[in-house]
Amino acid sequence: MELHDVWFVLIAVLWTGYFFLEGFDFGIGVLTKLLARDRKEKRVLINTIGPVWDGNEVWLLSAGGATFAAFPEWYATLFSGFYLPLLLILLCLIVRGVAFEYRVKRTGERWQTNWEHAIFWTSLLPAFLWGVAFGNIVRGVKIDADMEYVGTLADLLNPYALLGGLLTLTLFTFHGAVFAGLKTLGEIRERARGLALKLGVATGVLAVAFLGWTQRDNGGTASLVAMAVAVLALVAAIGFTAAGREGWAFGLSGVTIVAAVAMLFLTLFPNVMPSSLNDAWSLTVTNASSTPYTLKIMTWCAGIAMPVVLLYQGWTYWVFRKRIGTQHIADAHL
Amino acid sequence: MDLALAPETLARWQFGITTVYHFLFVPLTISLAALTAGLETAWVRTQKEKYLRATKFWGKLFLINIAMGVVTGIVQEFQFGMNWSDYSRFVGDVFGAPLAFEALIAFFFESTFIGLWIFGWDKLPKKIHLACIWMVSIGTVLSAYFILAANSWMQHPVGYRINEERGRAELTDFWRVLTQDTALTQFFHTITAAFLVGGAFMVGIAAFHLARRKHVTVMRTSLRLGLITVVIAGMLTAVSGDLLGKVMFKQQPMKMAAAEALWDGEAPAPFSIFAYGDVDAGHNKVAVEIPGLLSFLANDDFSSYVPGINDVNKAEQEKFGPGDYRPNIPVAYWGFRWMIGFGMASFSLGMLGLWLTRKKFMLPPALRTGEDEVPNLVLFKNKPLSAKFTKWYWIVSLWTMGFPLIASSWGWIFTEMGRQPWVVYGVLRTSDAVSPGVSQGEVIASMTVFTLLYAILAVIEVKLLVKYVKAGPPELTEADLNPPTKIGGDHADADRPMAFSY
Repeated sequence: MELHDVWFVLIAVLWTGYFFLEGFDFGIGVLTKLLARDRKEKRVLINTIGPVWDGNEVWLLSAGGATFAAFPEWYATLFSGFYLPLLLILLCLIVRGVAFEYRVKRTGERWQTNWEHAIFWTSLLPAFLWGVAFGNIVRGVKIDADMEYVGTLADLLNPYALLGGLLTLTLFTFHGAVFAGLKTLGEIRERARGLALKLGVATGVLAVAFLGWTQRDNGGTASLVAMAVAVLALVAAIGFTAAGREGWAFGLSGVTIVAAVAMLFLTLFPNVMPSSLNDAWSLTVTNASSTPYTLKIMTWCAGIAMPVVLLYQGWTYWVFRKRIGTQHIADAHL
Repeated sequence: MDLALAPETLARWQFGITTVYHFLFVPLTISLAALTAGLETAWVRTQKEKYLRATKFWGKLFLINIAMGVVTGIVQEFQFGMNWSDYSRFVGDVFGAPLAFEALIAFFFESTFIGLWIFGWDKLPKKIHLACIWMVSIGTVLSAYFILAANSWMQHPVGYRINEERGRAELTDFWRVLTQDTALTQFFHTITAAFLVGGAFMVGIAAFHLARRKHVTVMRTSLRLGLITVVIAGMLTAVSGDLLGKVMFKQQPMKMAAAEALWDGEAPAPFSIFAYGDVDAGHNKVAVEIPGLLSFLANDDFSSYVPGINDVNKAEQEKFGPGDYRPNIPVAYWGFRWMIGFGMASFSLGMLGLWLTRKKFMLPPALRTGEDEVPNLVLFKNKPLSAKFTKWYWIVSLWTMGFPLIASSWGWIFTEMGRQPWVVYGVLRTSDAVSPGVSQGEVIASMTVFTLLYAILAVIEVKLLVKYVKAGPPELTEADLNPPTKIGGDHADADRPMAFSY
């Protein structure tokens, strides 16, 4: 295994971490409208991710930075090619971060309602768009001999990618509902479980459709195994949700995400961005990568930093391990 | 195509807007993190309530500010790929590494520990809570270091070779990229300037309250802390600026000649106070100068030779081929002056303030004030300033609190525009760096929405800051004074509302 292969795996790990963690963040954002009955319940939901969402989002920045450093051509083609969808994601992430922080900074009804709308939409859109983006990456897009994306915006909105978007949106919302069941107290906890069951079934249907499609077009043995793991983990997550074993359910909805992302990256390898125009024009782990020297430095950095990050982020979850109910939310908070 | 709408021009405007805007929040974040950490340290060590109230007050303003810094920073991570894909392809092997280091080491640090700090008041023992804000502070400084190392490589590329076959720059010596004098001096200059920003911010807001005789205990402490910060940071900003200037005279003589509107090399070279010139003809029509000072700034020698714009332009034409290698001279010239002018004005006011509010033992007993009294402003021995002048001092302090921020914005505009037409000095032209596949419409669309969104957020942010500034430091609750002894909170109060919730 050469260093650029290692970095392919590490980039996959960073995206996986991002979707695992911000997956339930996005889900919670969407659930503020689907699950919460009143403002206080909304706040219960938001506060389950309050201390952690910012750290979770750094997984995205790390994936972006690491792609820039390890596969500059991939970074350049991807973000200049998927310009408008990415712009929309960035705008959402900007508004979303501000919304969490500023919503409680004033007491006015309209002020808070506006930010709550913002949290819903800016969670829903990226959850959908990341699926569209990865659907297109796996499917292959129009890339010319100079590694430039030459397709249009409409090309990105094909049925396969849109199905991918629906899957990530539903999967993240399911993951969020399971997380809500794990982190809340009282009535909302029960409702979270009920909603999670429905979302789980919907996710199952979409997952079989999208992952099956992926397997048919680009799959191999390894991706088939990953797909099987994803589907089985999802079934088990639904089962544990029904049985009220919230910790297990959350762990397994996480495994579903990990396996699904792994499957996408397995079908991708050794390409990083296949060209639908000509196989020879595809970006691969070799023609898109940095030099072994840069990759070696990056490997040292990631090798030391990542375990430490996992350690202190894990510690954060432990510090805030208590469930939250409406009784924990003070009325006026300034 | 109309030059004003050339892809390069549009992409540059977009980068300028998003980056200058982002950097309004950065220096305040860096300095307020450390100052808040300092105040919380004072609370933990002395148990004086004023320090905890100050921590909560400045911490709140810090959080309102860092939220904007974080979200506008996301754009920074991706816009190289979006608008500058050819730049990204060319430099990624070198430039990507410090960026990835920044994310993996600094961003994770900041973002994780800020969450712990915000929500941790009733979940963490006070020393651990204190450690969290210090972690945030370390994270902000590390972040600045890595991104400045990356920027320094654009100013003065080192530790790389050009791979003709792949058409890109490749890293050969990462240690040199991290430790070259450009990176170290830029870091020194940026961090000290950041503290000048935070110090002046603190002074201005403290002055606002002291003028109204409100929240005196906390604001008196804040005023002194702010003034000391302004004076130390101002001094170090000047020192580091001088060092950085000398480095730039060596590495980018064009930038410094443009900064001085020095058209033709001179020995000794004068420092320009005011100039108005004809860029096309390459000379000044009006020039007010201090003889020899520029030679001194460049080389520590009042009579040494400093090359002019026309000389460097000619030299670069010989080296890199025909073309115009001059940056926008008026922007470089005035940017340099606004940077120094606003920064030094703030520093001077800080020195004045520190003298006016000097400590008890330097004042006659009659003029000394207690912890809960507005300090007497004493210019000359034995006589405080009149009510009118005192009021003016507070007003000037308040209205000049943004000066260092203006200075730092101009500093960036100067150093980035002064490097043009290069994006990586001597290696890659800005015109060769833009994304060939991105249409004019896409860039216009993104620039428009970013500008609009940023403008709206600016209004919201400033309104919130004003609201929380006016509200003053909060009264402390029982819970504030009795932090938990166990990590995760004490069990007895399982149903108590969270100390902070979104």
